[in-house]
Amino acid sequence: MSDTPRLIIGPFNRVEGDLEVRLDMAGDHVEAARVTSPLYRGFEGMLVGRAAEDALVYAPRICGICSVSQSVAAARALAGVRPAGHARRVAPPNGAHATNLVHAVENLADHITHFYLFFMPDFARETYAAEPWHEAAAARFTAMKGTAASQMLPARAGLMNLMGVLAGKWPHTLSIQPGGSTRAITRAEQARLRLMLAGFRAFCETSLFAAPLEQVAAFTNRDALYAWAEGSPGDAAHFLRLSRALGLAGLGRTSLRHMSFGAYASSDGPLFARGVFHAQAGAAAPLPLGAIAEDVSHAWYRGEGGPPRSAAPMPDMANPDAYSWCKAPRLGGHVAEVGALSRQLVAGHPLLRDMVARDGANVESRVVARLVEVALVTIAMEHWIDMIDPAAPFQDTSPRLDTGDAMGLTEAARGSLGHWLRLDQGRISHYQIIAPTTWNFSPRDAAGTPGPLEQALVGAPLRSGETEPVSVQHIVRSFDPCMVCTVH
Amino acid sequence: MSAGEHERAQDRPLRLIWLQSGGCGGCTMSLLGQQGPDLVAALRAARVEVLWHPSLSEATGAEARAILNAAASGEEPVDIFCLEGSVIHGPNGTGGFHIMAGTGRPMREMIEGIARHATHVVAVGSCAAFGGITMGGGNAVEAGGLAYDGTVPGGLLGEGFRARGGLPVINIAGCPIHPGWFVDTLMQIAGGTMAGADLDEWERPLAYTASLVHHGCARNEFYEFKASAENLGDLGCMMENLGCKGTQARADCNTRAWNGSGSCLTGGYPCIACTAPGFEEPGHAFAVTPKISGIPIGLPTDMPKAWFVALASLSKAATPRRLKENAARPISAVLPRDRRKRER
Repeated sequence: MSDTPRLIIGPFNRVEGDLEVRLDMAGDHVEAARVTSPLYRGFEGMLVGRAAEDALVYAPRICGICSVSQSVAAARALAGVRPAGHARRVAPPNGAHATNLVHAVENLADHITHFYLFFMPDFARETYAAEPWHEAAAARFTAMKGTAASQMLPARAGLMNLMGVLAGKWPHTLSIQPGGSTRAITRAEQARLRLMLAGFRAFCETSLFAAPLEQVAAFTNRDALYAWAEGSPGDAAHFLRLSRALGLAGLGRTSLRHMSFGAYASSDGPLFARGVFHAQAGAAAPLPLGAIAEDVSHAWYRGEGGPPRSAAPMPDMANPDAYSWCKAPRLGGHVAEVGALSRQLVAGHPLLRDMVARDGANVESRVVARLVEVALVTIAMEHWIDMIDPAAPFQDTSPRLDTGDAMGLTEAARGSLGHWLRLDQGRISHYQIIAPTTWNFSPRDAAGTPGPLEQALVGAPLRSGETEPVSVQHIVRSFDPCMVCTVH
Repeated sequence: MSAGEHERAQDRPLRLIWLQSGGCGGCTMSLLGQQGPDLVAALRAARVEVLWHPSLSEATGAEARAILNAAASGEEPVDIFCLEGSVIHGPNGTGGFHIMAGTGRPMREMIEGIARHATHVVAVGSCAAFGGITMGGGNAVEAGGLAYDGTVPGGLLGEGFRARGGLPVINIAGCPIHPGWFVDTLMQIAGGTMAGADLDEWERPLAYTASLVHHGCARNEFYEFKASAENLGDLGCMMENLGCKGTQARADCNTRAWNGSGSCLTGGYPCIACTAPGFEEPGHAFAVTPKISGIPIGLPTDMPKAWFVALASLSKAATPRRLKENAARPISAVLPRDRRKRER
């Protein structure tokens, strides 16, 4: 549609929150994209002046889908306030296992919610009606009506039952504390948790993968994955066949730095390592945390951007260059992508490293990374449940320091989340949050460099007969965005 | 509802539109956890057809705008309109802090348009009902609810607002909602039995606010004997030290389990009365009970304070050793035991 130079797509749904995408079209493809987060909520301002522990009530309510991730980041930040030169106090092992379990339940629920409810329904769209695979895809994945939703929702709710035991409720638990978890687990409950998780494993091994989790976790290269997908009846293989038919490995490509704060920490270290990965280097490097800074040249804020431990820009709609409430975080001045794919690239998963070495980061590899994580994390959770010692403490409740700076870093399902705070005699005097989608959906920076999604959208094709390209739907959702976190 | 309306409701599906504004999306996420049966089956049972939901529908962009514009103009009838998240009026009353994507218009205009034409208007969660957490810390974004701003009647739709079906905004308050609170409401609307008498003084469904969080609390025995928890995670009653508002908060959290078996109280942390207007600004740290000369202020509200203090000191004196030993621990040290069975 060469007569449509600019397209404004919104409201963009199935993205958890509010999103608008502006596209400059050149003939049959996207030439440039601008991504707008059109809602501002102001949580950072709300937190200033409150009692330190109240951050644990407010922070999860930033986001209903990354609620536990926000709690973990806030609890870590509070735990990190300590006298200079002293090591960060660590929660007892049970506290780490319980927190990791609660966090993993949320992240896995998010992964399958994204796959079944947010991402796959686009293949049922009318634009694909003539494709040979459309009828089967529509029967399985049509929004709310496909057969998959009726299997996935009970499985997700069953997984969430671990929350009833471990966290009281989800979302917005207060069980995650700087010193561990408020919910001690008995031996009988430990056994019950295994049963609940077995129910989720059964769903994965019957519907999602139709294969043992261990087999999914162990793929080492793309060709082996593709070969398996040809003969498997599961939903993951169904996706891979659609993806190959549509060439999704060539869609939404980026070649950026991939960042991970490291996930599921315990005394053995994190399950997935912290670091930064660049495909050209082919290996992960240490993450220079001090090099993180936010740029507000194209966002509705006034004041200086800068490192989150000190900068606190204020909302201001007068900035003439602005087009989003999302700031532009950069790593040493560079754009960085975050998410399950980035996490697995940093952690060194051979399948994802092979896929990205061949085709860069793209729609297909972002989805595959999430699916692989479902397998990896479920297996890890079984281990964490077994590691709980019901006779030992779950929490260190000794008093904490009430003045100082700290940061709390974690990985939400959709990528790296950081809280930076300062306490002054038990009250919060500074609070800054950088959410995963703030990285991925950032606007341009002062140098004019577009954010990851803005880069990924360039070249997205328009199918014949389309006014709003379905390719853009796939690319946007491949990042599993969470706009409500972004516009905290 | 008249017999004729009831008949019509039986004839065709109930058409539902759901919008999100200044909130976290957590009420939708909680609703996805509906069990017995799952959400899709529950919507089918209520004969609900979802015209648009931001997390669940296929339609996006121009398709979605067409559906919503038709609903806001009254062209397309809407039986149930749900708002999740608060209405955003800032900055300076412009609504510019939430522009509806793809339209350039403040979101509150779309919310109001659909609400004025819908048969039933449902505020899903405390943000949509009263403003909620988004009003916290001085309310810089000028957030409010559909029919209240905090405890002040009015909100976006104005005091005295009645939806076309005759009811005020149904406020399913909670942060987040329990999925059952929403599904109960939906089934009652679908069955044509939802009436003003089914709502409490804040127009919350009595289905869950006829009880107190205190009812069914596993810590009740500790409460009776004023055996108190000292730290979050301890087994004892959290009213004396940890800010628990369960004795006044209205909800059935301890008789209707969350996520299969839980509640805030079973999770080891206090009730913060998240179903009440203004819960976001309790005037004290959430997990600390404010006291005057050692006596918690304001709790409970419906018995004479002198009696409460007198009974508390009596029951404290009579506290069984088991409760005294267990109250300030995360796991019971002393278990109940049948005396007829001799100690080994």
